[in-house]
Amino acid sequence: MSGSTITIDALGLTKVYGSGNAEVVAMRDVSFTLSSGEVVALLGPSGAGKSTLLTVVGLINTLTSGKLTIGNDLVTDGPIAKVDLRSYRRRFIGYVLQKANLIPFLTALENVQLALEINDVPARTARARALELLQYLGVDHRVDNLPHMLSGGEQQRVAVARALANRPRLVLADEPTAALDSVRGRQVMELFRSVAHEHGTTVLVATHDHRALDVFDRILEMEDGVLQSDHRNSEKAG
Amino acid sequence: MNLAVRDIRHNLSRFSLTAVGIGMLLMIVMGMGGIYRGLIEEATLLVDKIGADLWVVQYGTRGPFAEISRIPRNLEDRLRAVPGVRQARAFATYAVQREFRDKPLRMQVQGLSWPDDKGEWLPLIAGRRLGAAHYEMIADKILGLQLGDRLTLGKNHFTVVGITSGMSSMAGDGLAFFTLLDALEIQYDYSGEAVRLERKARRSRLARIDIGNTLPTFLERTELPSASLPAIARPPVSAVLVQLEPGADRDAVLATLSGWTDVSVFTRDGQKELLLKGVVDRARRQLGLFRALLIIISAVIMALILYTLTLEKLHDIAMLKLIGARNSVILSLILQQALLLGLLGYLFAFYLGQWVFPRFPRRVVIMQDDLLFLALIVAAISVLSSALGIWKAMRVEPNEVVS
Repeated sequence: MSGSTITIDALGLTKVYGSGNAEVVAMRDVSFTLSSGEVVALLGPSGAGKSTLLTVVGLINTLTSGKLTIGNDLVTDGPIAKVDLRSYRRRFIGYVLQKANLIPFLTALENVQLALEINDVPARTARARALELLQYLGVDHRVDNLPHMLSGGEQQRVAVARALANRPRLVLADEPTAALDSVRGRQVMELFRSVAHEHGTTVLVATHDHRALDVFDRILEMEDGVLQSDHRNSEKAG
Repeated sequence: MNLAVRDIRHNLSRFSLTAVGIGMLLMIVMGMGGIYRGLIEEATLLVDKIGADLWVVQYGTRGPFAEISRIPRNLEDRLRAVPGVRQARAFATYAVQREFRDKPLRMQVQGLSWPDDKGEWLPLIAGRRLGAAHYEMIADKILGLQLGDRLTLGKNHFTVVGITSGMSSMAGDGLAFFTLLDALEIQYDYSGEAVRLERKARRSRLARIDIGNTLPTFLERTELPSASLPAIARPPVSAVLVQLEPGADRDAVLATLSGWTDVSVFTRDGQKELLLKGVVDRARRQLGLFRALLIIISAVIMALILYTLTLEKLHDIAMLKLIGARNSVILSLILQQALLLGLLGYLFAFYLGQWVFPRFPRRVVIMQDDLLFLALIVAAISVLSSALGIWKAMRVEPNEVVS
């Protein structure tokens, strides 16, 4: 792990929905940096702005103001995108959501392979890499099963494999353990940590689940759209 | 990775049923085109097969296929005297409906100028041509008659000596070929009572004028058959068919005959054009409109089906966008499914049609050009009908998968 390389540099991120009397400030002047290999928890009650922050950093929601830099690239300056967002998402960002959201007509292997193929990885290489990932995540015995044949934990591990397929700089996870029991939930969190530490991937996880907080290197806490605290995790395990 | 095929594989039964439904619609479109082609073929069949260079018909009429045409049979002799004419043969045509084996039998009678025309040009599938001046007939297989069957028409019995295939009239009735004399006898057959009444009328007409009273032998002759009365014309025929000498100048013969003020003359192509423009045209337009409507209906149904299939996949499409899939990936998913639906529907229509169309009561002619044209239309409506689904898919935002 190398903690010195800045992966994300967020400066004054603000998101406002609507206008006039209907204006809602979802996120106000949020600034932070994330380094490569860091596993960061984003905490806060419902409506605190966690999901808004994730969608903005994940390049699927536009900023009202502020600047977001990923690596050396200024990605968005206020509402103006400075790069092709979809291409950027494809190459540099992985997503794990509350539900696995696997494509229902593709097998576990194909779901992972697809993420690679849409990033122009040749089919044979994509298949080998997908198999390797599923093996790493312990679901290689389910490669030919469709999503509905998998358990919730298995589905989520396939979703993690898909998120990691293109060796992204950043993995964003929104309540990834909400649908899992505590054991499975912890397994997923530990998985994030090992991936981050082994591959230098930055992982930002929005979560309510305080049972596995020891997994994280850092904790960001939000409330009412404002970043209240940003501190190293004192409860961090081993 | 082909997403379209994998999605279809996942929803195979529903996709197959949809393709079958589209296929049935397309089969009707195909069939409509075939019925129209069949109409044209039936309309022009006789004109093509009989091989006459010129058709001489009643003055001012458009010939026996368009309206009633009556010309004297002796016109044959006048035509034979025209330079360049090799053969002139009288021709009669009319429809009759009789009972045969307790079932209605409707046929288009054709009178051939035997022995000049024994039906050598007919496509026989069984039996032989007309071998005698009377009491023989050749029937098309659509009439359901067998070789050796005996039909009573008028006061005579006719034996089926030959069976043709594919010879039907514009109305779809099977053609039946007789010698011209027999055909006229069937057409002008009167009952005994009608003959007696006619003879009585002749006597009464003669009695009212001087000639009947001054020449009593006239009154005696009223009892003779019509053919024996010089003052009474022999039954007219529908047309006289002219064949020219090899190398004869058709336009010169046409110019000569056009100068005759008691007949009208048409070339073979002219007669066909009259048939197509006059008789078949309305049916053509009607079928054409019906086809157009069916194509529009097929397109609308396909569009709705593809739209529904896309709606069901919106969440997956949002996910694809989230992980960075290009628009081309999503577009090809929908477009390939649309084209595959069209292709499967088309193939189903084609193969089902091969089985169904020959069972239609009237001729359905499926031509290569029509099949190709329909294939292009199906491809076009597949693309068009996917537009609505593509439009919807393009509007999906990737953050919809997060919410």
